[in-house]
Amino acid sequence: MVETGHFALVLAFALSLVQFVLPLVGARTGDARLMATGGPVAVTGFAMTAISFAALTVAYVLSDFSVLNVVENSHSQKPMLYKITGTWGNHEGSMLLWVLILTFFGALVALFGRNLPATLRANVLAIQGLIGAAFFLFIIATSNPFVRVSPAPIEGQDLNPILQDIGLAIHPPLLYLGYVGFSVCFSFAIAALIEGRIDAAWARWVRPWTLAAWVFLTGGIAMGSYWAYYELGWGGFWFWDPVENASFMPWLAGTALLHSAIVMERRSALKIWTLLLAIMAFSLSLLGTFLVRSGVLTSVHAFATDPSRGLFILMILVFFIGGALILFAWRANTLAPGGIFAPISREGALVLNNLFLSTAVTTVLVGTLYPLVLESITGEKISVGEPFFNLTFGPLMVPLLLAVPFGPLLAWKRADLWAASQRLVFAFGGAVLVMLLTYSFIDRASVLAAFGIGLGTWLVLGALTDLAAKSGIGNVSPGVALRRFAGLPRSAYGTALAHLGVGLTTLGVVGVMSLQTEHILTMKPGDSVAVAGYEVRFEGLQPYRGPNYTEDQGRFLLLNSSGRTLTEIVSAKRFYPARQMPTTEAGIATRGVSQVYIALGDAVEDGAIVVRIWWKPLVTLIWLGCVVMMVGGTLSLLDRRLRIGAPAKRRKRLAEEAAA
Amino acid sequence: MMRRKRKRLTIIAGGLTFLGAAAGLTFYALGEKSSYFYMPADLATASIAPGQRIRLGGLVEEGSVERGGGTRVAFGVADGGGQVKVVYDGILPDLFREGQGVVTEGTLGDDGVFVADSVLAKHDETYMPKEVADSLKAQGVWQPE
Repeated sequence: MVETGHFALVLAFALSLVQFVLPLVGARTGDARLMATGGPVAVTGFAMTAISFAALTVAYVLSDFSVLNVVENSHSQKPMLYKITGTWGNHEGSMLLWVLILTFFGALVALFGRNLPATLRANVLAIQGLIGAAFFLFIIATSNPFVRVSPAPIEGQDLNPILQDIGLAIHPPLLYLGYVGFSVCFSFAIAALIEGRIDAAWARWVRPWTLAAWVFLTGGIAMGSYWAYYELGWGGFWFWDPVENASFMPWLAGTALLHSAIVMERRSALKIWTLLLAIMAFSLSLLGTFLVRSGVLTSVHAFATDPSRGLFILMILVFFIGGALILFAWRANTLAPGGIFAPISREGALVLNNLFLSTAVTTVLVGTLYPLVLESITGEKISVGEPFFNLTFGPLMVPLLLAVPFGPLLAWKRADLWAASQRLVFAFGGAVLVMLLTYSFIDRASVLAAFGIGLGTWLVLGALTDLAAKSGIGNVSPGVALRRFAGLPRSAYGTALAHLGVGLTTLGVVGVMSLQTEHILTMKPGDSVAVAGYEVRFEGLQPYRGPNYTEDQGRFLLLNSSGRTLTEIVSAKRFYPARQMPTTEAGIATRGVSQVYIALGDAVEDGAIVVRIWWKPLVTLIWLGCVVMMVGGTLSLLDRRLRIGAPAKRRKRLAEEAAA
Repeated sequence: MMRRKRKRLTIIAGGLTFLGAAAGLTFYALGEKSSYFYMPADLATASIAPGQRIRLGGLVEEGSVERGGGTRVAFGVADGGGQVKVVYDGILPDLFREGQGVVTEGTLGDDGVFVADSVLAKHDETYMPKEVADSLKAQGVWQPE
C-alpha cells in the first residue's frame, strides 16, 4: 500500500508536467485536441494524488511503523481521530494535503469549466499543472512521506500533543482550501496575461473561485484562532505571530480581490488592478507556505525543520511570483482600460476599500518580513509584535470600517452621498446610543472601548439598513417590502451578512481587548474569587488518566451573585509520556456571548495552585462573526448570476428564443 | 476638461498623501515598537535606554528557579558568556524547564535584574527558539544532535 502511494505520487508528478505542456502548446498552436487533454489529465492527476494521500492515511490508521513519517508522528495508543488527522499534522503529510487540494481544484476547473473559452481553459489548466509540478517535485525531492525505515521500531514517537485536538481535523484543511483556492484565480490571471485579453466575463468566472477560497480561508483563520485560544492556555485569540500574519495577508488581499472583481464584472473597470490582486493573493499564499514550512521564523508553527526545504520553497516562490510579475509588467499594457466613474459612487467606494485593504496588506507584510530582512543584512535580531500592529493596522481599519455601511447604499457610476447618509441615520443614532451606554454604564475609564463598541454596532446596524433599504422598508407598504425582501438576490443577503459578520467580529475584538479582566492568584481548595459579577470557587485537584496521557484536573464551580451554582469548569494540566511533554487544557464556561476562561499554573506548597482566570466579554462574537461572514460568502456564491453553468443556459435560451 | 484634470489630480494627491501617511506611520512604529533580541553575553556591552523593551534569550540555569509568594518567579538566564537574573509575575509556559532554551520579553532594571512580562518557551521538545539556537551555536555552547 505504501509503495502504491509512492508510485501514485510520482505518476501524479508526471501527469502535472503533461497537464502543463500539452494544453499550453495546444493553446499556442490552436490545436483543439491538445487543448482538450487538459481536462482528463487534471482529473486523473487528482485521482492519483488522492490514492497517494489515502495510502499515507492507511499507514497512519494501521500504525505502520515501517514508515518513517508514521514513526515520527504517531503512536499506537493514539485515539483514531488523531491517527487520521495526524496524516497532515507533520510537514510531509501537510504538503501532500496541499497538493491534494491543488489537484482537486484543478479537477474542478476541468469539470465545471466546460463553458469557458477553450484556450482560456487550456491555459488555466496548464498553469495549475505547472504549480502542481513544482510542489510534487518539492515533495518527492525533499519531503517524501513514504520513506521506509528498517528495522521498524515497535512504537512511534507520537504526535505533538498540542496537535492532538479536533482543531487539527478542521484548521489545516480549511486553511489550505483557502490558500490553494487562490491558485485558480492566479492561473486565470496568468492565462489572461498570456492571451492578452480580459473582460467582464473573465471576472464572472474568477469571482466564484475567489469567493470559495475566501470563505474557506475565513473559516481556516477563525478555526486556527479559536484553537490557539483554547489550546495554548494564554487566552489570546490573535498573537500577530508571523504565521498568523501569513494567513491573514492572503485573506486581506482576497477580500480586496473579491470587491474589485465586482467592479470589473459590473462596470468593466479596474481590470489591471484586479489582475494584479489575483496574482498577489496567491503569491501571499505561497509566501505563507514558505514562512510556515521553512521555519525561518520563531512561531507556534515552527517545529524542527530542514533548511534545504526552505531553500526549495523559496525557489518555487521566486519563480512563480517573479514570473507572474514579469509577465504582468510585460503584458498588462496590452489590456484595454475600462470604464470611468465619479469618485462618489459604488465603484469609488470599492476603490477606497481596495486602497485601505492593500495598504493594510503592505503594513502587515512589512511588519512580518522586516525582522528577517534586518537580520540578514545587519545581523541584528528584533521582534515586531502586537504594539507595532496595533499602531499601524488599527488606524487603517477604523476609517475603512466607518465607511463600510455607505458602500452598498451608493449607486453605480454616480451616487448621492447625502441620500445614503439619510438612510443611515438610524444606524448612526443606534451606534451613538450604544457608545454612550457603554461609556456611562460599563467602562468609564476607556473612551476607546466605547468607540470600538459603537463602531461594531454601526457596522451591524449599517448592514441591516442596507437590507431594509433594498427591500424598500419605509417607502412601500410592509407587505410589499416583505415580498421584496424575500425576493432580493442572494448576493444582496451575502453582502449584508458578510458586513454584519465584520461588525460582530469587531465587537468581539474590542470587547476582549478593552473590557477583559484578568486575575492571577494562588488558590487552595475552597477558595473563591469574584470575577465580573460571578464567583469562581476552586474545588480541588483530581488525577485523571486519558488514553495516551495523564492529567491533573482542577475543578471549579461558577456561581452567580446569589450563590447558585451555574456550571462546573474543568481546567487541566496534561502530561504526554511518549513525548515527555506537558500541555494546558483551559477550562472555559460560556455565558451568553462572553466566557470565563481558567488556566492552571504550577502547584505550590500545601495543595494550593497558581490559577489564571479571565473574564472575556463578547469573545465568542470574534468567531461567530467569521461564521456569519462565511454564510454571507456562501450565499453570494449560490447567487444565480454566479452559478457555475448558468451563463451557458442563458445563452442557450437566448439562442432558442432567437431561433423561434 | 480642466475640471476633470484637476479632479483627477486631487484624487491622486489624496491617494499619495494617504500612502505617505501610512508609510510614515509604519516606519515610526518599526522604530518605536519593535524590540531587539539580546543574549546575556551581549548585555554587558550593549547600550540600552532605561525602560526600553528588549527580548532576552538563553538557557534557564540549572537550579536557579525560585518561586516567590504566589505567582512570582525568579530564574537565571545564561549563555556561554554571562548570566542575568529574570523576575516574572505570571504563569510559566508548559515547556519551561531548567537547562532549556527560553525567550523572555520585558525591560532591564538599573539593578541588572530583567523584569519580564512575557516568557516564551518552545512548543516542541526537539525545537529550540531560533534566536537562542543561532546565538548558542555561534558561541559554540550548543550543538544540535
